[in-house]
Amino acid sequence: MTTGLQLEGLHKELGGRTIVENLSLDVATGELVCLLGPSGCGKTTTLRMIAGFLEPESGRVVVAGHDVTSLPPEKRPSAMVFQNYALWPHMTVTKNVAFPLRLAKRPRAEIAERVAKVLELVNLTHHKDSRPGRISGGEQQRTALARALVQEPAVLLLDEPLSNLDAKLRVRVREDIREIQQRLGITTVMVTHDQDEAMAMADRIAVMNDGRIEQVSSPQELYSDPQTEFVATFVGSLNKVEGRLEPHGLTPEAGLTSAIRPEAVAVVPASSDGALDAEVVRVTPHGHFAEVKVKTLGEVELVSFVTGPPPAEGDQVGVRLGEVWRFRDGKRVR
Amino acid sequence: MRTLVKVLISLFMFLLAVFIVGPLVWLASRAFAAEWRYPDLWPTGFTLRWWRVVVDDPMVVVALQNSATFASLTVLISAAICLPAAYAFSRYQFPGRRFMLVALFAVNAFPKMGLFVALASLFYALQLMQTVLGVLIVHVLGTVVFMTWIPAAAFSAVPRSLEEAARDAGAGPFRVFWSVTLPMALPAILVAAIMSFIASWDEAQGTYLVGAPDYMTMPTQMYSLVLNYPSQVSAVFSILLSVPSAGLLLLVRKQIMGGQLAEGFQIK
Ligand SMILES: Nc1ncnc2c1ncn2[C@@H]1O[C@H](COP(=O)(O)OP(=O)(O)O)[C@@H](O)[C@H]1O
Ligand SMILES: [Mg+2]
Repeated sequence: MTTGLQLEGLHKELGGRTIVENLSLDVATGELVCLLGPSGCGKTTTLRMIAGFLEPESGRVVVAGHDVTSLPPEKRPSAMVFQNYALWPHMTVTKNVAFPLRLAKRPRAEIAERVAKVLELVNLTHHKDSRPGRISGGEQQRTALARALVQEPAVLLLDEPLSNLDAKLRVRVREDIREIQQRLGITTVMVTHDQDEAMAMADRIAVMNDGRIEQVSSPQELYSDPQTEFVATFVGSLNKVEGRLEPHGLTPEAGLTSAIRPEAVAVVPASSDGALDAEVVRVTPHGHFAEVKVKTLGEVELVSFVTGPPPAEGDQVGVRLGEVWRFRDGKRVR
Repeated sequence: MRTLVKVLISLFMFLLAVFIVGPLVWLASRAFAAEWRYPDLWPTGFTLRWWRVVVDDPMVVVALQNSATFASLTVLISAAICLPAAYAFSRYQFPGRRFMLVALFAVNAFPKMGLFVALASLFYALQLMQTVLGVLIVHVLGTVVFMTWIPAAAFSAVPRSLEEAARDAGAGPFRVFWSVTLPMALPAILVAAIMSFIASWDEAQGTYLVGAPDYMTMPTQMYSLVLNYPSQVSAVFSILLSVPSAGLLLLVRKQIMGGQLAEGFQIK
C-alpha cells in the first residue's frame, strides 16, 4: 500500500528567514494527522507547500506515490479548507460547491448529483441557494468543507478549520468533521494551535516548534510519553523544576530540568509514607476538580489536581510523586 | 437652544438645496422659455420652439451619433487597455509601480489644453489630426485614470484567499481572474466604465482640436450653436448633454449602495 502523503525534507525560507526546516512526515491513507504548534511556528507554511501555494527550496511532496512538488495548486490532487473559508461571495452555496466540478468539466447531471450528495453530507441542503454572506459562520465552514470534499481529493487540507467558530459550536463541528473524514476514509492534514482540538480529532499529532517537527505520536502517547521538553510543556499542564526531582526530594544538578504532570502529584495527609512534607499555598476551584498549589520544605512549588474535597490554604500536607520526566537541552533523558 | 440649532441646520440645508437645485431649475425653465429678458423674474410664456431648433438641426443628430459612438468605443478600448494594467497594479510589485500610478493621476492634474497642444503637434506628425483614431486617443487618455485607479482598488479588495481557493479547486490563473476576481470587482468596474463614458461624453477641448470640423460631438457642436442662437438653445443643449450623464450616475449610485461590493465584505 502506498502512503497517502509523504513530506520529505521540506525546507522553506520567507523574507530571509528559515520558516520550515527539513520537515519530513508520512501520513497513511485515510489517516488524520494534526500539525500542532504555537502561532507562527510554520504550520500554515507547511500546509501551503502541500497545497502548492508555496514552493519549497528543497524537499518533496509526494501524494499517493506521485511527486507533485513542481505542480501548481490547480494540478494537485489535494483540496484545502481555508482558515477564513474563502467562499466566493458572488456565487450561491451550490455554485461554490459545484465550481471545482465545473472546472473539471464533469457532465451536468453528475455535477448536480455530486453537489446534492455532498451538501446532504454536511447538512446544508436547506441553504443551497443562499449566498455565503447570508449564512452563519458554521454554515460557511461546512460549505467550505463541502467544496473541498466534492473534489474527492487524495489529500484534504484543513487550516485551523474551527478557529472562527464560537466555543460551543467548535466541539460539535470537530466531531462532525472527524466523523465525515473517517466515513470517507480521506487522508487529511489539519493545522491547529489548539491541543484539545488535535487530541480530539487526530489519529496522530505532529507537534511543531520553530519550523521543525518535535514529535509525531498518537494523542495518548504524546501526553504520556513526550520526547522533548517543548512537547511536554505545550501539551497539557506541567510542573517544571530545575535540578533532579525524585520521590524523596530535589537534588541540584546543572542543566537538568525535571517535570511532572499535575495528575502525577498526589496530595496526601501530612507525614504519610514516602511523601514529601509540604504546605498548601493556593487552591483554585475548577468545578469538578481543584488546582492545588503546594510548596515543599525544599522550596519546590508543585501544582496538583485534586478531585475530592480540596485541602485549605495553609494546611500541612504530604505530596507523593508519580512519574517524573527529565530533560537536558530540551531532550528527554533517563 | 436645541431648537435654534435645528432651525439653523434646516436653514443651511435649504440654502444648500437652493444653491444646488436653483441653477438647474433656472436652466430647465430657460429651455422652455419663449422670451426672458433681464429684469423679469419669470419668462413671458413657454414654448417648445428651442427644442425644435436643436432637434431639427441635422448637425445635432450627427453630433449625437458621434458622441454616442465615441463614448462607447472609448469605454471599450479603455477597459481593454486599463483593466489588465489595473490588475497588474493591484497584484504585482514591479519597478516603477508607484511612479506610474502617480503619473497616471498627474496627467489629469495638469491643464488639459497644454497637453492637447503638445499632443496636436505629435498628431500632425503622425497624421492623426481629423481622424477617428485621433479623437479616440484623446478620449481614452481622459479616462485612463478612472479605468485604472478604481478597478485597481477593487481588485486589491478581492482577498487573495478567494483567488487561491479557486486555484485549489482547479482553475488556472486566467480562469481565476475570469470567474472570481472580475465578477467580484464588477460593480467597481461598472462605476469606472460609467465615469469614463461621462468623461468621453463631456470631452470638448481635445475633440475640437483634433476632430473639428470633421468629427463634431455634442459638446463641440454646442460651441457653434451657442454662438449662433439665442441663449435658450444652449439651455436645451445643456439638458441634452446632461441627461445621459445624470441617468448613468443614478445607475452607478444603485450599484454602489446595494451591489455585491458591499456583500463581499460581509463574510463572517
Ligand atoms: N510571505 C511571508 N514573508 C515573510 N514571512 C512570512 C511570510 N509568511 C509567513 N511568514 C512568517 O513565517 C512564520 C510562520 O508562519 P505560519 O506558517 O503562518 O505560522 P502558523 O500557521 O504556524 O501560525 C511566521 O513567523 C510568519 O511571520
Ligand atoms: Mg496558521
